[in-house]
Amino acid sequence: MAEVVLNGVSKTFGATEAVRHVSMTVPDGAFVVLLGPTGAGKTTTLRLIAGLEAPDAGTITIGGEVVNGTSPAERNVAMVFQQYSLYPHLTVRENLEFPLKSPILRTPKAEIDRRISEVAKVLRIDHKLDNKSTQLSGGEMQRVSIGRALVREPAIFLMDEPLSSLDAKLRSELRVELKRIQAQLGATVLYVTHDQIEAMTMATHVGVLDEGGLVQFGTPREIYENPVSTYVASRLGLPRINLLPVSVFPGAPADAAIIGLRPEQIEQGAGREAKVTRVEHLGDQMRVHLDLEGQAITTLADPHQNYATGDTLKIQPRDPLYFDATGQRI
Amino acid sequence: MSSFSVTEPSKGQKWFAGIVVVVYALVTLMPLVWIIATGFKSPADAIAYPPKIVYEPTLEGYVNLFTTRTRMTPEALEEIGPPQTWYDRIVRRYDMVISGPSRYGERFLNSIIIGFGSTFLSIFLGTLAAYAFSRYRVPLKDDLMFFILSTRMMPPIAVAIPIFLMFRQLGLSDTHLGMILLYTAVNLSLSVWLLKGFIDEIPIEYEEAALIDGYTRFQAFYKVVLPQATTGIASTAIFCLIFSWNEYAFAVLLTSGTAQTAPPFIPTIIGVGKDWPAVAAGTTLFLVPVMVFTILLRKHLLRGITFGAVRK
Ligand SMILES: Nc1ncnc2c1ncn2[C@@H]1O[C@H](COP(=O)(O)OP(=O)(O)OP(=O)(O)O)[C@@H](O)[C@H]1O
Ligand SMILES: [Mg+2]
Repeated sequence: MAEVVLNGVSKTFGATEAVRHVSMTVPDGAFVVLLGPTGAGKTTTLRLIAGLEAPDAGTITIGGEVVNGTSPAERNVAMVFQQYSLYPHLTVRENLEFPLKSPILRTPKAEIDRRISEVAKVLRIDHKLDNKSTQLSGGEMQRVSIGRALVREPAIFLMDEPLSSLDAKLRSELRVELKRIQAQLGATVLYVTHDQIEAMTMATHVGVLDEGGLVQFGTPREIYENPVSTYVASRLGLPRINLLPVSVFPGAPADAAIIGLRPEQIEQGAGREAKVTRVEHLGDQMRVHLDLEGQAITTLADPHQNYATGDTLKIQPRDPLYFDATGQRI
Repeated sequence: MSSFSVTEPSKGQKWFAGIVVVVYALVTLMPLVWIIATGFKSPADAIAYPPKIVYEPTLEGYVNLFTTRTRMTPEALEEIGPPQTWYDRIVRRYDMVISGPSRYGERFLNSIIIGFGSTFLSIFLGTLAAYAFSRYRVPLKDDLMFFILSTRMMPPIAVAIPIFLMFRQLGLSDTHLGMILLYTAVNLSLSVWLLKGFIDEIPIEYEEAALIDGYTRFQAFYKVVLPQATTGIASTAIFCLIFSWNEYAFAVLLTSGTAQTAPPFIPTIIGVGKDWPAVAAGTTLFLVPVMVFTILLRKHLLRGITFGAVRK
């Protein structure tokens, strides 16, 4: 396991700046989650670290060594592809063996069998080991693809939305398993996801990408509580942060243009009157959609509360986040 | 009305398709059956009119194909004594004795060496070139691909004279190596184009995964690309073999002895005796290697290509 450092890394495809001057340190043993909307450059970042793309500028360091110009094999990274590419001419078992049998590792047979049965059990694919890899469901393929990474002991695991096509139950089980394995091995992981819960529960650090640039890097808590911009603030939190004109509530600093209110930053029972437009019962919580001067606001309420559409509700901000007109945090 | 299925043909459609296939098979197989049958006829039966459907089969054609024979006077035959083997007995009917093997065996072997040699070389070079064209940024790629294809735009025999002179200068005339190189040169354009198409179809993600799994570019090619290209390689190999196996014009022009292949040799069997059964026998045997090769590779042709493991 090793520390991975990106220093001023850029990659352009034609006119698209896929990754723009990214500097980031993935500490040894850290679980770093990359967040960002589609096209933000998450996959490209992983591919640059893996050595599948060469950066136009900047250096990439793995375990203290600059790896620019070395082949993927020499970098000793494991990657779970977004388009999980299992070798179609091989069985599940042969797919899992493939990295262990590489000329670099040349793992002894007994060791191969031990690791494969271990990983297969964790990923619940032990009953499919002798299937052709083309005769699997999407979720099974994805798990074999994760398994092909987990059988190794690489410098870093690169995982591109590895749990995206699993059902909710399996996803939450594997989330726990992956985190357990990572902690147990002390593995360094760089992990791409769009899933809020994965980001918050697994990450030791979160990096937020915007159009190829790294806009904030910190612990999940920092990112959640102290976002540098409205963009970062919108990446985490469910329901999403409410972004309103400052004029809606009094007490904003002079240069603020936008007030950011996470649902839990809205206090009920005092302040301005808002109209309830919709109520969603989610079992453990209740989402209340409000209308205040034509602004839609979403907040949470005690599920025992009896709100109905058309009711009015007094709300006021508590410790809100303020942003300037360009969306930067004040 | 019975239910309609997209994949299941109706009864009528099945019958119609069946009849078409049978008729087509009859038409195309007729000459083949004729040749095979003629190989087992006596020379008299072979030229009988109307043609004999029922006849007494004999191996005379095959014996004549593989031997040279001399006619002898009854006295001389008396001296030799009765025939010793079944093939002696066949030729003795015409007052002849076997004086030695014919050239057919050698020519057949030449065909095997040259046909399979050039097929192997065409596939070997073709696969490497096709991979490079498919995966690497080759300067002037499109122009090169067009140039390679353009070598097939005229009949190869159009350049027969320059090739003839070139071969004489280089000492390649009537050599196995010369014929292998020539057929490889002709087949390469086909094999590069066909194989490039097949390799283009294999997503590059597999090689990327293999690179990350600790393999070099060449190992990834060998372990991941080649196994998935077997369908393409098998069908291309069959095309290449069929061309070099059947090629006649260059073989007549450039070979006469050592490296002569079977196609220019078979017509010479006719000789003065109008020995059609021997010609038919030679032709029948000549078909066997290509048939065996095709049948051996059939499982690769039919297996189909599976690209199911990549989420697109
Ligand atoms: N090989 C390529 N050629 C050209 N453009 C590319 C290539 N790879 C990526 N891009 C572009 O680079 C940008 C970043 O792509 P990338 O795949 O890194 O996004 P992503 O953050 O992984 O998105 P997603 O969440 O949809 O997977 C996109 O605009 C994409 O179109
Ligand atoms: Mg991606």
